[in-house]
Amino acid sequence: MSSQTAGSRWRDPAMWMAAPAVIFMLAVFVYPFIHGLILSFQPLEGGMLSNYIKFFSTDNLWMTIGVTLKLALPATLINILIAVPVAYRLRHKTPYQKIATTILVIPITLGTVLIAEGMLTYFGPKGWFAQILQTLHIYEGAIRLTHNYAGVVISLVISGFPFAFLLILSYITGIDPVLPRAAATLGATPFNQFRYVIFPLILPGLAMAFCLSFVQAFSVFPSAVLLGSPAGATRVISIAAYEAAFENYDYSMASAVAMIMGAVQLGVVVIVLGARNLFYRGPVTGGKG
Amino acid sequence: MMTSQSISRQPAPKRRTHWASRAWSGLVVGLMTFFLINVGLMIASVATNSVAKRWLGTWLPNGWTLEWYSAAWQEFQLGDVLLVTIQVVLSVVVLSILIGVPAAYTLARRNFRGKKLLTGLFLLPLMIPPITYGIPLATLMYELHLAGTLPGVIIANLLPALPFVILVMTPFIEQIDPNLESAARVFGARTFTMFRHVLVPLLAPGILAASLLVLVRTIAMFELTFLTAGADTQTLVVALYYSVFAAGVRASQSIDAMAMVYMIVTLIWLLIAMRFVSPTQLVSRVKEHPQN
Repeated sequence: MSSQTAGSRWRDPAMWMAAPAVIFMLAVFVYPFIHGLILSFQPLEGGMLSNYIKFFSTDNLWMTIGVTLKLALPATLINILIAVPVAYRLRHKTPYQKIATTILVIPITLGTVLIAEGMLTYFGPKGWFAQILQTLHIYEGAIRLTHNYAGVVISLVISGFPFAFLLILSYITGIDPVLPRAAATLGATPFNQFRYVIFPLILPGLAMAFCLSFVQAFSVFPSAVLLGSPAGATRVISIAAYEAAFENYDYSMASAVAMIMGAVQLGVVVIVLGARNLFYRGPVTGGKG
Repeated sequence: MMTSQSISRQPAPKRRTHWASRAWSGLVVGLMTFFLINVGLMIASVATNSVAKRWLGTWLPNGWTLEWYSAAWQEFQLGDVLLVTIQVVLSVVVLSILIGVPAAYTLARRNFRGKKLLTGLFLLPLMIPPITYGIPLATLMYELHLAGTLPGVIIANLLPALPFVILVMTPFIEQIDPNLESAARVFGARTFTMFRHVLVPLLAPGILAASLLVLVRTIAMFELTFLTAGADTQTLVVALYYSVFAAGVRASQSIDAMAMVYMIVTLIWLLIAMRFVSPTQLVSRVKEHPQN
């Protein structure tokens, strides 16, 4: 089947089966993106680059890049760093694994609003969290975990951790169990099995999990509004983009912000995936079926 | 390589657990328990508030009532919102499968120039945040008067769903023995007949799993619906967001009642999905080795 010549490809119906998907992606993803890119160079006033100049010379605009990264990077790192040991512990196929995974998956179903409402009620100044701490005399002062930076990071961990965990669990259980068992037979402790066998094998998976979690954390729009202080400490770049488009009706500026957002996001992805190639060159996954 | 002799020469130190590794595993379990207890209590406080008469700064509310659920149903025009949600979600699931599975077949079975480029095109929407491509898309839709309409919301939500289906289904198709297709061809089946009678039945579990996952993702997709929906084309997530954003307009209890409805709806679908696809098989499959 793969020995066909190039000419007969066009008569191969299997090649045409991708056509609807390709047309859809070109029409709904590529074309609007190019349209937006061109639009971003056609500002309401000023020269071609004036949207970009305005973005990088207005404090409450360009600062949003830093604010977004300051929220998304730590949240993603926390999620990955907790998910790895937990997934490693749950790597064996047992009923315990199934129950634990199911419980850990529940936060995926919460949705931004339930998390926001729950955090405002639970972590609020008079919520159960504060009451428990005060009853147990652990911490007496006022607890500020909502409407600030901490609130948004916590909500990103609650909503992002289950996803990171599932991905990493999937990578770890994808490793042929014979490999760590061989290491164990040679006397490797669980830590050394992880350090020398599992970790190098899941590193590509970790890079991918980091990128996918980072994408989620990077567009923190609803939680940054509901749980943060959208005018100050958690004024993320998606808020700036939304304001430009739907409050100022400046679609040209909004497109420029979206392009900058995409560039920053892709920059991080490229760095992470590039770093993976620096550290490890070898088979991409172990024991894939 | 390893003979049974060399295995038996091992002094069998396996059962001796180091104090450090015991402390470590205690720490991991403890951390997880702390996380889960707090998430559990957080859900419980929303659930409590949704059935509370009044609850201000005490351990428990001063009375219980179920009326917030019926109030929420009317206030949010939940009937209409749910109808829109069902229409959007079902259309996205059906369309993403109909368009995505054939495309996954091409990627799984054919090698051609530009295949990497095509894979990249399908991967890119998953690698940048929805709001990034949502804004140019919404801008275009406003120009074409598609924004605010049901087809507009469906098209926008299809954008991340389609690549997701393709990426989930490609490894599923790769694992099916190509000889089955060759056999069908020997008996004279054309590609589409073969697809319908051989591949689709074999792929049914994978298609079911992918549809359920798309369903859960689409119910939860906030940004794209938020950017493209009009007043009467909001899905449940977006309606909920507006109700919290306009805090004070609605009682927090009725928002919490809605949030509970949302969580239960999503949870049911996710649990069904997990019955058909083990979450550990999302990105890679491994031959099941006997655990001893």
